[in-house]
Amino acid sequence: MKIAFTAKGTTWDSMMDPRFGRTEFFLVYDDETDEFTQFDNRDVEGVAHGAGPQTAQKLFELNPGLLITGNGPGGNAATVLERAGIKIYIGAGEMTVKEAYEAYKKNELKEF
Amino acid sequence: MKIAIASGKGGTGKTTLATNLASYLAEKEEVVLTDLDVEEPNSGLFINADLVKKEDKFKMIPEWIEDKCTLCGICQKVCNFHAVIQLGTQILVFPELCHSCYACSELCPTDALPMIPQKMGELSHYHRNKLTFIESRLEIGQEQAVPLISQTLDYVDRHFPNEIIKLYDAPPGTSCPVIEATKDADFVILVTEPTPFGLHDLKLAVETMKELKKETGVVVNRFGIGNDDVLRYCKEENIPILAKIPNSRKIAELYSSGELIYRKLPEVKQQLDGIIEHIL
Repeated sequence: MKIAFTAKGTTWDSMMDPRFGRTEFFLVYDDETDEFTQFDNRDVEGVAHGAGPQTAQKLFELNPGLLITGNGPGGNAATVLERAGIKIYIGAGEMTVKEAYEAYKKNELKEF
Repeated sequence: MKIAIASGKGGTGKTTLATNLASYLAEKEEVVLTDLDVEEPNSGLFINADLVKKEDKFKMIPEWIEDKCTLCGICQKVCNFHAVIQLGTQILVFPELCHSCYACSELCPTDALPMIPQKMGELSHYHRNKLTFIESRLEIGQEQAVPLISQTLDYVDRHFPNEIIKLYDAPPGTSCPVIEATKDADFVILVTEPTPFGLHDLKLAVETMKELKKETGVVVNRFGIGNDDVLRYCKEENIPILAKIPNSRKIAELYSSGELIYRKLPEVKQQLDGIIEHIL
C-alpha cells in the first residue's frame, strides 16, 4: 500500500509538516515495493482560497491508501479525502517522517 | 450623498456613531441607514422602527449534473477559488468557496454545471417617521459577506433616490467586505480610539481608503483614554478630525441599555453637529 506523508522536506529524516492544505511536500512510501517518492506542493503558497481542496485533489492523483499528517485536514479537504477513500492518521506533526511511519506501525497515531 | 462609517479596529464605535448620526439627521430630513456588517448586524438594537418588508437573498452556485458531464476537467481548471474539484469520475462543488463568477458554468461544453440559487441571507427594511433602516443578515454557515453586501447596496440604490442622505454602517477591518461596503461612498468616516491598537488599525484603514481614492475624516471615540498619537498621526496625514466623543461612563450605560446617546447628552449632539457641518 502507498502511504503519504505531509512533510517540510524530501527525506525520511525531514520534519513532518503539521498542515495538510499548505504542506510543502508530499512524500509517498510504497511498503510493497519499498519505493519512496517526493512531490513538491510549494506552489500552494500563492493560493489565497481553497488550498485544502486543491491539495486534496493532488493527493488523490498520487493514489495513496492512507495519509499520515499532523493537525488533520480542514472541512473541505476532509470531504475530498473521504470521497477519495483515503484513510487519515493524525498527530504526527512534531515528528520526523521516519518517526511518523514507525508511530503508525506501532498503532500510536489517531485515526481522523 | 453616501457616507460610510468604517474603522480598522472592531469595537471602536461604528454602530454607535451610525445609529446616533442617522437618528439625529432624521429629526429634520429623510435618512436611510443601512447596516452592512452582515456577519453581525447590530445597528437594529438601537433603532425603533416598523418592519416594511423582509426578503431572502440568494447567491448562484453551480450544481453538477452527472449525466451530462464528459469529465473534460475545464471547470476545475478555470475555477480561481478551487471551489470545483474533479476527483476521478466525480465533480465536487464547494459552495462556501464559490464566488459566483459563472466561469465553470459558462465554459462547460455540455452544460453540466447550471447555476442554482442558494439562500445566503435575509434583508429587512424598516421605517419610522423620516428614518429608513435596512439590515442584511448572513445565514449561519455562509462564509462570504461580499455578495450579500453587494445585493444590499443594489436594494438601497433601487429604492431611494440619490439626493437622500444614506449612511452605511460598514464591517470592521480592511478586507473585501469593507471594500465592498465603502466602494460607492462619497465620504468615509473612520472611527477609532486613541490607543496603540486603535492607531495601528486606523493606519491600515487610511491606507485602504487612499487606495480607493476616498475622502475621509476621523472620529475619535472614547477620547481621553490612551495617548495623543492618533491626533498626531491625523495631523501628519492631513486627515480632518471630525469629532471627539468623550470616554464616559454615562455613554456606556446608555449604550448598554440600547439607547441613543445624543438624546441625553448635549456634548455628544454638539460633536454630531461638527460632523454634519464638515460633510454635508
